[in-house]
Amino acid sequence: MDKPNTYRAGPDENGHFGIYGGRFVAETLMPLILELEEAWEAAKVDPAFQEELDYFLEHYVGRPSPLYHAERLTEHLGGAKIYFKRDELNHTGAHKINNCMGQILLARRMKKTRIIAETGAGQHGVATATVAARFGLPCTVYMGAVDIERQQPNVFRMRLLGAEVIPVTSGSSTLKDAMNEALRDWVTNVEDTFYIIGTVAGPHPYPALVRDFQSVIGNEAKAQMQKAEGRLPDSLVACIGGGSNAMGLFHPFLDDEDVKIIGVEAGGHGVDTDKHAASLTGGQPGVLHGNRTYLLQDDDGQIIEAHSISAGLDYPGIGPEHSWLHDLGRVDYVSVTDTEALEAFQLCSRLEGIIPALEPAHALAHVMKIAPDLPGDHILLMNMCGRGDKDIFTVADALGVEI
Amino acid sequence: MSASAIVGGTARLDARFAACKAEGRSAFVSFIMAGDPDQQTSLDIALGLAQGGADVIELGMPFTDPMADGPAIQAAGLRALATGGSLKSTLEMVRKFRASDTDTPIILMGYYNPIHYYGVDSFLKDAKASGVDGLIIVDLPPEEDSELCLPALEAGLSFIRLATPTTDDKRLPAVLANTSGFVYYVSIAGITGAAAPKADAVEQAVARIKRHTDLPVVVGFGIRTPEQAEAIASCADGAVVGSALIAVLEKNLDDQDRAKPELVDEVLALGRDLAEGVHRARASVK
Repeated sequence: MDKPNTYRAGPDENGHFGIYGGRFVAETLMPLILELEEAWEAAKVDPAFQEELDYFLEHYVGRPSPLYHAERLTEHLGGAKIYFKRDELNHTGAHKINNCMGQILLARRMKKTRIIAETGAGQHGVATATVAARFGLPCTVYMGAVDIERQQPNVFRMRLLGAEVIPVTSGSSTLKDAMNEALRDWVTNVEDTFYIIGTVAGPHPYPALVRDFQSVIGNEAKAQMQKAEGRLPDSLVACIGGGSNAMGLFHPFLDDEDVKIIGVEAGGHGVDTDKHAASLTGGQPGVLHGNRTYLLQDDDGQIIEAHSISAGLDYPGIGPEHSWLHDLGRVDYVSVTDTEALEAFQLCSRLEGIIPALEPAHALAHVMKIAPDLPGDHILLMNMCGRGDKDIFTVADALGVEI
Repeated sequence: MSASAIVGGTARLDARFAACKAEGRSAFVSFIMAGDPDQQTSLDIALGLAQGGADVIELGMPFTDPMADGPAIQAAGLRALATGGSLKSTLEMVRKFRASDTDTPIILMGYYNPIHYYGVDSFLKDAKASGVDGLIIVDLPPEEDSELCLPALEAGLSFIRLATPTTDDKRLPAVLANTSGFVYYVSIAGITGAAAPKADAVEQAVARIKRHTDLPVVVGFGIRTPEQAEAIASCADGAVVGSALIAVLEKNLDDQDRAKPELVDEVLALGRDLAEGVHRARASVK
């Protein structure tokens, strides 16, 4: 494949990143996503919109998030100098709110009066319920019944925030089915409803829109790294489910060719088993949820249920821009298993006093693999995209501890 | 339009609508899921529906993630998949149907991914060879016409587009541009099997679409009873019923989702009532 002049110009006007992306939705939704695209194009160049977003990111979300030198971890692994971008310190405990804040301001601009969202781990649901509460809009969150079972604290949080959480029992009762159900809600309530998609997937313009809102992570990190080290990092590492935290960190660095970029997918029980969520490593291109991208599917094109210990990575697809970057070879995509992520979860807690979410624990597990073999002047930046409070029950269960 | 000049699958569909028009009546379009609850039962139902007055058979292609369908059709798809249903077995079912019925048009309805995986060219070739007449692919709007719509028209299959209450006059020409066979008007903003549409709103919508096209306009989503079918058929060229037939099928399954002996007869009884309802109405829309 030919290398483009820039990796940052996509998507094209039809929402394509190479062959990926697009607008594969029912006709009922087409006028709505065209309207959204138009609103976003206008908001993007409106200084008043950016000013409002900046205000809330600073005073409500708590940005910028710190860039932190993980000294003890660096020492322990004995190689690369490791930094964390601390998006786990955001209000609500993850990067998800960067996007939710942007989208709800857009919803208000579009005079929409009702918010819907899908959620897997519940982080995006909590972030959506939070901004909906802040702006006084009714909010309905679709969540797979299986996920509700394993993420009770977040379900309770959403309800405290005034959101209605609707259990989804269709299909495999996980994130992909929650997304189906949110789409069904949207086609039924086309007049007043704004759908806040939580990741860089879905029909155009969502992958670009969510990426733009999350790019605050990479833009901040770039400036912070200049201040700390006077240069760019040598490598970036982030975990990937749909891929929004990763795209947010990666995108501002894509044209900095000396920066090596690594995305870490959830390998579950191993990518050679049938229980994983590694769409790029173990899937093929297909069409689901409005875009063409790599999907876990069988030989009839039926979608296969993903598996990961982390509910937030448990999705059989991935954002289309990641699929494109994968084919181009600009980003390396690897995977780590549940077990490796659990080890990283514990190590980080003990060494750094930071309990990571199981999602970034995947990124950390890969850092643990590569850091020891890298020289001491190699700067490695990892996105600590969420905190692990929500995961303590899952981890305790996996470690055989009763709490 | 160039597409209708192509012989093959489109001829059967065009002939059927021409015949309905000549008889001054609306068409009854019945939807079932291919392979639900098993291949043989599903084939028996399809053949029986055609004998009992269905003018067009729409066959659902089972898919794990049918984002525009309500609970009845979602469950039907999963039942079909659980008993070995696939795109291949759906085409096989059409072949068997054609062995005893060469007149009733068959439209495959579903989602793009199984076709994407099968390969567009091989799929079109195999679908045509099996006796398929047209396609309705829910997640392929005109913006993605180069994917399947244009190749299908070139291969001689009708590509039937959905128009919806959100399709305004500005957008309608784009939606109709590469549509052939008929236009499927989705009568409500929502999913299959939802609330019944209001006949007067449907009448206005059909009239609006007819200002832009000479193709027959068929109305679906939310029609459950022979009376509703009659009311809708009186203001359109056809009425589609799916979820209501599947609801009867569902009631006649045992606790392991296998067909009870009376299942086929029960579904066909509703099919006949619906056909009578539709055929009672004389299309008032010119």
